[in-house]
Amino acid sequence: MEIILALIMGSFIGAAAGYLGTLMLSKRMSLVAGPLGHLTLPGIALAFLFGFDVSLGAFVIVTLGIALIWWLEIKTKLPMEALTAIVFAVGVAVTFLFLPEEKTIPALIGDVSQISPIVVTISVLLSLLVIFAINRIYKKIILAEISEDIAKSEGVNIKKYNFIYLLCIAIIVSLGAKVVGGGLMTAALVAIPACTSKNLSKNIFQYSLGGG
Amino acid sequence: MSETILKVKNLNVGLEKEEIIKDLSFEVKERDVLIILGPNGAGKTTLLRALLGLIPYEGEVVWKSKNISYLPPQELVQRKYLPPMTIEEFFKFKNVGEEKIFKIFKEVGLDLLLLKRSFGALSTGQFQRMIIAWALVDEPDVLLFDEVTYGIDAGAEETIYSLLHRIWKQRNLTVLLITHDLNVVYEHANNVLCLNKEKMCYGEPFEILTPENLEKVYGTGIKFYKHTHK
Repeated sequence: MEIILALIMGSFIGAAAGYLGTLMLSKRMSLVAGPLGHLTLPGIALAFLFGFDVSLGAFVIVTLGIALIWWLEIKTKLPMEALTAIVFAVGVAVTFLFLPEEKTIPALIGDVSQISPIVVTISVLLSLLVIFAINRIYKKIILAEISEDIAKSEGVNIKKYNFIYLLCIAIIVSLGAKVVGGGLMTAALVAIPACTSKNLSKNIFQYSLGGG
Repeated sequence: MSETILKVKNLNVGLEKEEIIKDLSFEVKERDVLIILGPNGAGKTTLLRALLGLIPYEGEVVWKSKNISYLPPQELVQRKYLPPMTIEEFFKFKNVGEEKIFKIFKEVGLDLLLLKRSFGALSTGQFQRMIIAWALVDEPDVLLFDEVTYGIDAGAEETIYSLLHRIWKQRNLTVLLITHDLNVVYEHANNVLCLNKEKMCYGEPFEILTPENLEKVYGTGIKFYKHTHK
């Protein structure tokens, strides 16, 4: 039963992560998903220690981390990937101060035995929400990648859309932590589908569909 | 008599504590072609960005029209690392119908087959025409172009300016253009704004582009051939 639930959950999270991954690849942020995945670890560790849901712990910490990265990017003008490295290093270092040793493996690669129907339902709904949100901001983010000035002159609020985009990453990385853990998030769900799709697609429709 | 489409009063722009534009005031009439001249670092691009509200400024910028298209310098337009996007998909970002896209492609002299081509696969000249078409497809009243011919050869540059001139005439556009080419000024501009952090001169090219004014703007003697025809 756990396996079926994990497959359903993994399929929806995987579709949302792959779709999101096509945007991350276009923003040259595929590698950032790795450190962000590891940023779930302090949240997972707290969840193990205090007995609440792993995804919830991961989501709170990743959201805080992403908000910090977003704020630092505006304030310092440093590249997002460099700021992610700083926040990631702090997060992982703090985790191993209090993560119980026997919980290290589930934290890094996930644990499908802990999945209940209610968790699956919430994960499916959140994945669909992420797909919907990404669909709404996709063109605007790509236009901002082509030229921030053109996008702004067309009325695109880049800060707002970047925040939505980062929030979507936070949700997906947190949900994925349950199925594949913090460590495997990048390669398994974000980068590989997007990279494969980019090599096989001739247009943006095929690319985004292929990623998802 | 044309109405004023843009009024700029006491504009001041500072970036990272440096004063880039100082107390600038000018007006642009409908259907004017205003060329902004000045040396590197004079604040030309900053001026266009301030006029569009892309950066913070002090002073007054009043547009009569809200239908404005802007094209930044080509080197600031990303063509690599993008998704495998066709030109047609890029135009669909503006939510315009196919008929409008076909019409503008013909107007700027681009083959419709290019619509199926990848965004990164166009030559520099084709890309420049395509991006002009993109700026024009939703029928703006005002075009703002920043060094529109950067990186293309002299022949293609002349063609692009002729194209812009033809479109300006056909569509009753107001154009604000940054260029370093004085020949373009004489051939296409109604008015020139000479900028070097502040307004150095403003008016019709034949009247204000004197060697003295150019020296004041560029800070060095500039030799130039003055056309006798308009």
